[in-house]
Formats: sequence, C-alpha cells, structure tokens
Amino acid sequence: MTKHVVIAGGGVAGIEAAGALADLGQTVTIIEKETAAGGHVKRWHALFPDRRPAEEVKKYLSHRLKNKNITVINNTSVNRIRHHGHSLTVETSAGDNINADAVIVATGFDLFDAARKEEYGYGIYNNVITAPELEDMFNNDALVTRDGRKPSRIGFVHCVGSRDEKVCNHYCSKVCCVTAVKQAIEVREKLPDCEVFCFYMDMRMFGPYYEELYREAQEVHNINFIRGKVSEASNTINGRIAVKVEDTLAGRPLKMELDVLVLMTGMEMSRSGARLAETSGLTTGKNRFLSVTDNHIHSNRSNMHGVFYAGACTAPMNITDTISHARAAVMETVNYLSKL
Amino acid sequence: MQPEGKKRIWAEYQKSVPEDHFFYVRSCIRQSFFPGSEQAFLKIMRNDLGKDVFEDPRHTTCTGIGYHGDVVPFETIQTVVARQFSLATEAGYKNIAISCVTSFGIYTEILETWKHFPETLNTARENLYKATGRVFDLPESISHASDIIYKFKDEIAAKAKYRLVDITTGKPLKVVEHIGCHYAKMFPKHGIGGAEFPHVLVGMIESWGGDIVDYPERRHCCGFGFRQYLVQANRGYSLSSSRKKFESMEPYQPDMIVTNCPGCGMFLDRWQYVIKDIEGVTYGKDGEGIPSLTYEEMAGLVMGYDPWELGLQYHNVQALPLLRKMGIEADPDKRFLAKDGTRLPEPANLINC
Repeated sequence: MTKHVVIAGGGVAGIEAAGALADLGQTVTIIEKETAAGGHVKRWHALFPDRRPAEEVKKYLSHRLKNKNITVINNTSVNRIRHHGHSLTVETSAGDNINADAVIVATGFDLFDAARKEEYGYGIYNNVITAPELEDMFNNDALVTRDGRKPSRIGFVHCVGSRDEKVCNHYCSKVCCVTAVKQAIEVREKLPDCEVFCFYMDMRMFGPYYEELYREAQEVHNINFIRGKVSEASNTINGRIAVKVEDTLAGRPLKMELDVLVLMTGMEMSRSGARLAETSGLTTGKNRFLSVTDNHIHSNRSNMHGVFYAGACTAPMNITDTISHARAAVMETVNYLSKL
Repeated sequence: MQPEGKKRIWAEYQKSVPEDHFFYVRSCIRQSFFPGSEQAFLKIMRNDLGKDVFEDPRHTTCTGIGYHGDVVPFETIQTVVARQFSLATEAGYKNIAISCVTSFGIYTEILETWKHFPETLNTARENLYKATGRVFDLPESISHASDIIYKFKDEIAAKAKYRLVDITTGKPLKVVEHIGCHYAKMFPKHGIGGAEFPHVLVGMIESWGGDIVDYPERRHCCGFGFRQYLVQANRGYSLSSSRKKFESMEPYQPDMIVTNCPGCGMFLDRWQYVIKDIEGVTYGKDGEGIPSLTYEEMAGLVMGYDPWELGLQYHNVQALPLLRKMGIEADPDKRFLAKDGTRLPEPANLINC
C-alpha cells in the first residue's frame, strides 16, 4: 500500500531520498524553503575530485524530481513535526498541516558566515571573498578583482569557521580542503600567470582521488601550500590584501600581498534545521547538528518515531556521502513503513 | 572598502557607559609621559560636561607593569585591585573610570576571573580583609576613560572650537588611530567596536571632523609589550615593532597619530626620535615627524585648550605642524615657560621644530 512521506528540505539529500522513495512507489512531498529545490550545489561550477561540471549532477537531481509521485512545495519551511496517532503531522510556515506516514529531515547545512571571523575583513575589504563567490566568478567567467583587474596572486584560507574553538566549531567540515585544491587548480588554469597560495592547518584528503588531486596541484600546477593559518588581513594603499601568516613548517612569520583572498567557509547546522529540532524535540549534538541514535549502525535514525535523517543535517558531508546517506535513509524509512 | 561592514561590527560591540558619577583611577606612568592628559580629561568632564568625577589620593598603582613583567603574582594584583574597589565603595561610587589601558586590561581580566571562578573572588576578599581590614562591593561598570570621551563625543563636537580639518585645504585631517592591545584584544566585548576594528577612537575622530587611515599594520602592537621594553636586551624588538608601523602608515601621509594607551602613545612618539637620531629617517610629509597625541590631548585641542597647558611640548615629535593645520595659534616660544614665567630646560633634538 502506498504511503506518504514528507521530506523537510529539497537539497541533494532531500531530492535523492524523494527520488528513491518515488521509485519504490511511495508518494513524497518535499518542503523546500528556497524558491527552487537543488541545495548548495546549484551555485557550483565544477565538482571535486574529477572536476566534472556541476551541471551534470544538477541535471541528475532535476531529473529525479520529475517523478509523478513527488510534489515540491517551495518557499516554505517545516515549522514542527508532531505525532498524530500512528501518523505524523507536519506543520509548515504556510500554515498547512500535512499528514505523513513518515518524515525525512534533510535540512542540510548553512555556510559559516565569514564575517564572524572579523580578522579577515570579509564584508569590509573588497577582495576578500568566499569559496561560493569564487564559484560565481567561474560560472560567470569573470575571475577579476572588484575593480576589474586580473589577479596576479590569490590566496585561499582553509578552515574558516571549522576546527575553530573561537567560533565554537570544533569539527572539521571535511570538504573545504579538497574544494580549495580544486579551486586553486581552476584558478591556475584560467590565469596561468597567477600565483596561488593555500594556507592550511592540515590537508584532509579523505576521499577517493582527493590525495591525487592534491599531488597534481603541487606537481603540475605549482600551487604553493603553506602550513599555517592567516592571522589577519588588511587593505593596502593600492587596494590589495595584506595577510600575515605563520609558516609553521619553515618556523617563521610570513607577510604577503594578494589580489584576492578566498575564505573556505565551513558548514554549520542550518538555522531551519535547528529551529525544527527545537520545536519538535529532535536531539542535537555538541556540534549542534542533529544527533543520530547510533553513529555506526543507525546513522539515519532520530529520537522520534517515524522521523529519519538524510545528509548534512547530521554532520558535514560531501555530495557522494550525502547521496549514500539519503539512500540509506530511504531503506530505513521503507522498513519502518512496511511495519505500519 | 565597504564601510557598512565596519558599521555592522561596531553595532555588535557596543558597551554601556554610565552617564555620570565616576570613580577615576589614574595611571602611574601617564602623568610622566603626557603631563596634561589626565588633567584635560578631568577638565572636560567636570567643567565642560558638568560630570561628577571623584578621585581618592589613596589610590595606588594597579601593579600591572609588575604583573606583566612577571614580578607581581596574580593573587597580589587581585588584592591591589580589590583595594581600589574598596576605596570606590567607601566613597559611594559604582562606576570605575580607568585612565590606563594596562589597568583597564587588569581590571577586566580580574573581574572575568572572579565571574568564572567565584572562589578567587572569595580569596581576594579574604586577602584584602586580612591585610587592611577593608571590604568592597563589585563595581557596576568598568569604563576606560576613552570609552567615556567616546560616549560624549557629540557633546564635545557641539562645544568644539576647532575641528580636525586642515584649514588651508578644507580637507579632513588624516588620523592614524592606535588602540592599546589590552583594551579589547583580550576581551573584545569590553571594547567599543571590538578588537579587530575598534571604534572607540574612530568615533571621536570622525565626530570631530577627521578621516581615519586604515593601513596594513594598523592592528600591530606598538612594541611596548612590557618585557620587550623592560628587558633592555629586548628593546630592539620594541623599536622594530614601532618602525614596522611607521613604514606601513607613511604612504598615507597621516597628520597625526592618536592613542588611548600609555605605552603606545609614548613609544609611537619616542621611537620616531630614536629612528631619526640613528637613521635620519622621518615618516611624516616633507620630512616632518608624525605628532603622536593622546585622545585627551586631541579632545583638548578640539575644545580650544592651550596646547602648552595640555603638555604637547613634552612630546619628542612636536605638534606645531598639526596646530598650524588646525588653525590653532600657539607661541612656540612659550612652550617651556613655567607658570611663574621662568624658563624650563628645553629638550634637545625635538622633531618638527
């Protein structure tokens, strides 16, 4: 018998879960807070590690949504989930109460607000940008400074808002290192005369072919990797960005001028997810992401009967892991539905 | 530069500064470095703004220099600060106004320690009572004196006789502001504007007509750093820190430097003299030095106080070019006249003379 599943969030996890459920004959309603489903990848130009065009994954996700069993409600968020007998009721920001046999929470992540790291001057100095803003430049084929100059030197700051006690984010956001490597290579390909520097704490190349990409960045593209965090960024009289770094391998302080400083902003629990957790009684961890009932064998289960998790609402994830996690959430959900 | 970004940060770091009734604690070194500054603060507060500012002659050094020089233990300095609070309690004052940035850092560090480790507050109370028989209430507010001038900057602007404007060009003076490290770098929430883009001096300068110079080494320490200077062998480090700042600000051709910290004001002045003496190098326009003033001296000039009453002649870099730009008439020959008209010894090799 066909069951109805509501999915909170129409990003990569939400779409993949919806597609898999619809393939199995369930009816699905996605509730998406933005004007269109698609998630953060909508803004991306190319993906690590193989640098395939992001458009290919976007097309796949778009195709996933074309199943007749899927309804997408945009510009709406889930305010609360509550039990209603054996089923669940999902209250939306539009004031609707939608009945569901099960709910998958796929509220994803918010990007860390780079302005909180005041020492980098994001939002103050013109050419301090974030990684997604660099993707915008790639998409628009406009890799130039704010005043239209071709950059001759670009720096990437890793771990902005990740592994940082000062902003209460102790965790690693996982994808920033490899994203910086990918973007650094793209910069070198588009601007062969541009020097590129990556300022890192540790290079966490955890996925398949990530280490190879890192090696390629050094050996083929001559990208400079400096182990040390940028302590501060300032404006120079000619509009460049002066940075101070401690090169911890050389054991000496370093100061240089850059045309563009790219901040690799990490992931944080989404505000919409945090609100939903609070109103619905879903437990969260020390990292403020949603807590699963077992980190190893039940990484999709919540503390609420009939509510499952998919994707980066539980922890930072790349697209590959997000899709796998969403599919696992579908398996858990279908098992649950079969017992109703 | 996107000014709205700075405004967003400033809005996040606003602190509550009381309207009136301050217990003023002086600095142990500022009266030697800048002999007219604390007096100017008191005159502005009492005479121009009509505020109640109380001083107790029994107030002592906070021992901050000894603490940062590793010769005064933390327990001792807590007891000294507890004694200052007991003087305020005895006088019936709850708002502490602190002249020195080092002291301000000490007071905030101790209050934060007492807040997070209440047992240390009990120990400080015990130690003070055993040593002196005194007791104290915790203050309701802690303000650096520059916080207070910042609060009343618009009232001062309304009464101002001069503005931070070059009368020959009509353009705002270009001002380098330098904030003492211990003002907000330890506890950004206690500083107006926070640690990275402090607004405390920026607000005064802009309110009085000047423009800010945001140069690459703006946040760098002046070099005082206690052990850098107090240990004679380390003084080269102190000098090189200031030199780094001068070289960074030089292309902007600033008209003056303004500080809110004793060490910073002293060394950003003194090291210009030393560098000129050793290397023959100056950093201002047309071979001049860059006058380094305290915010009280700047406020006093704006209010029309006599520059020699403010003690500007006791800086190594003389403020004469700045006075000319602001349209302030002051006879250089009267710089070193005592109250009774006798001529005081004149320091040699002053800059901008």
